[in-house]
Amino acid sequence: MQYVDEFRDPELAKTLLSHIRHKVSAIAKAGERPLQLMEVCGGHTHAIYKFGIDQLLPPEIEFVHGPGCPVCVLPMGRIDGCIEIAERPEVIFCTYGDAMRVPGRNGSLLDAKRRGADVRIVYSPLDTLTFAEQNPDKQVVFFGLGFETTMPSTALTLQQAKRRGLTNFSIFCQHITIIPTLRSLLEQPDVRIDGFLAPGHVSMVIGTTPYGFIAEDFHKPLVVTGFEPLDILQALAMLVDQIHDGRCEVENQYKRIVSQQGNALARKALDEVFELKESSEWRGLGSIAGSGVQLTPAYREFDAELRFNTQEHQVADDPQARCGDVLTGRCKPNDCPLFGTRCTPQNAFGALMVSSEGACAAYYQYRRGLA
Amino acid sequence: MAFTEKDVVTMAHGSGGQAMQQLIEQLFLQAFANPALNEREDQARIPLSLLTSVGDRLAFSTDSYVIDPIFFPGGNIGKLAVCGTVNDVAVSGAVPQYLSCGFILEEGLPLLQLEQIVKSMADTAAAAGVEIVTGDTKVVQRGAADKVFINTAGIGAIPGTINWGAQHIRPGDRILVSGTLGDHGATILNLRENLGLEAELTSDCAVLTPLIAPLREIDGVRALRDATRGGVTAILHEFAAASGCGMSINEGDLPVNPAVRGVCELLGLEPLNFANEGKLVIVVAPEAEQATLAALRAHPLGKDAAVIGTVTDTARVQLKGIFGASRLLDLPHSEPLPRIC
Repeated sequence: MQYVDEFRDPELAKTLLSHIRHKVSAIAKAGERPLQLMEVCGGHTHAIYKFGIDQLLPPEIEFVHGPGCPVCVLPMGRIDGCIEIAERPEVIFCTYGDAMRVPGRNGSLLDAKRRGADVRIVYSPLDTLTFAEQNPDKQVVFFGLGFETTMPSTALTLQQAKRRGLTNFSIFCQHITIIPTLRSLLEQPDVRIDGFLAPGHVSMVIGTTPYGFIAEDFHKPLVVTGFEPLDILQALAMLVDQIHDGRCEVENQYKRIVSQQGNALARKALDEVFELKESSEWRGLGSIAGSGVQLTPAYREFDAELRFNTQEHQVADDPQARCGDVLTGRCKPNDCPLFGTRCTPQNAFGALMVSSEGACAAYYQYRRGLA
Repeated sequence: MAFTEKDVVTMAHGSGGQAMQQLIEQLFLQAFANPALNEREDQARIPLSLLTSVGDRLAFSTDSYVIDPIFFPGGNIGKLAVCGTVNDVAVSGAVPQYLSCGFILEEGLPLLQLEQIVKSMADTAAAAGVEIVTGDTKVVQRGAADKVFINTAGIGAIPGTINWGAQHIRPGDRILVSGTLGDHGATILNLRENLGLEAELTSDCAVLTPLIAPLREIDGVRALRDATRGGVTAILHEFAAASGCGMSINEGDLPVNPAVRGVCELLGLEPLNFANEGKLVIVVAPEAEQATLAALRAHPLGKDAAVIGTVTDTARVQLKGIFGASRLLDLPHSEPLPRIC
């Protein structure tokens, strides 16, 4: 299949793997700990497990699964907020599919749907505007979720809603931004990450420039990469080259999609619609300054939390869950005492088990029981 | 019966009165006409000799069809209701012979649509050599059902020489599929979710009896299933559980139509988990592999048949990826949902 098979060629994969092995053997010293490389994005985590990339690499490379799965890092209290709105009789609540199963204190959106709430899965937030126009006696609410990957489509939807003068449309804004979280990770004293695979789709919007501080201030190499297996292998080759050469730079493997400046039109839409919040809560990581967004005053009329005057739901994570330690490379998914016992994809307690993109869910789905 | 666009199912069609009798006589009896049905008794009366002349065990299966949308490229709910049950009987090795059908109709269903569904049931049954010999019709108020639900039950007789079943599966056996995977599931998803993909997506809905018939002559056929809901993954897990063996399949050997693959790539779904309505998963002894493959490929429904893997002695279902690394092929907990990132 065009645009897919080219990035899954086993022969090219062998060549890249051989290059990585060669460079790693030149870097590794006897008795030293393995290189810890963080793939920031849940999409990368999924691809690494699905294609078995972790099994193909030499043992001197270890993946650390970063905080880039927006569904996983969603605090339980936010789901309770969603359900509070969705269960109002006048509301049609619209969401992306993978937020449907995330558990809150009172179950998931799927449970709310079973109880009678009108919850609908959409593939594009623009579809929600059609629902709003077709149902003038209803309040249509879209659950705005995700990093800069999905933010532009939410922004475009809000611009359209304003242009069309819709008064029965609003969004429950839970968009988050990745850069402050990476900084917060690197500022933790006992976190030791040797390099980063940066998310391709986020970078398509923000460009590569915002990652500069990782190389300059924290002296870590970073490569922006795509989601196909050869993208990831090539980016790994670029990372180990940097480590081998003692360089710390921001490099771009995903040039076919990502430019240095990003997408100016998308960023303009984001600037018009969103502004940074003082701080945001992340499941497994706690509160991180400047990591979330809210609607600008010009768009605040579309803020579902203000419209429905929702309560602030605070739900503490299970103290035994080691989500934060997995997200920072301090432990592997199966080192957590809840993994595969009290915490499974069917009954997720921890953040990283709630979405198929999460490190624990991917580990459970693809590695459980494999030697 | 000449229906117009204005004619719809009403509560009277389920009342037992004149409207119902008219519907039965002018639609169902005409479409499904056969000696047993034409007797118009409360039950079909089938000479046992007709069954015992074919085999020594009865294969008996039932299924209910509640699909949305009811019309789709490659078929409709009626065709599906016949194919599904006929296939469930046929995978035992039986020759499917008789079907029952029960309709639950929602008040307001256009009669032209019902007529189209019934006609395609009749055509599919006739082509499969089975007779729809008894039935039932109920009408429920608007909103109490979604347009039309159909239940079919089927019987056939299993020839004395055939004893297929998952408990016969042994390590070293080969795993085959009869064609491309996921066509039905991808077609329905595209319509149901209004994805608007203009790709060539067509359901594989088909009666598999003629594809199965030549397999009865091959020694070493262990087990057959049609890979409907849950797809090939679900069948492999069922085989593994029943036999105590493991299943190992090769990603590179899986036949998948490019359009279906496109849907899966776009939404982050697995063709192995998508429903099929005209595909077999077959386990055979190693020495039967080539004969089975040749028999399948000799029929148009099996032209894309492929060997996809091997039965192992480690009790897990795994997939060997295109780069040689293996991963577990987990049975999805519920309906897969598309990912956003």
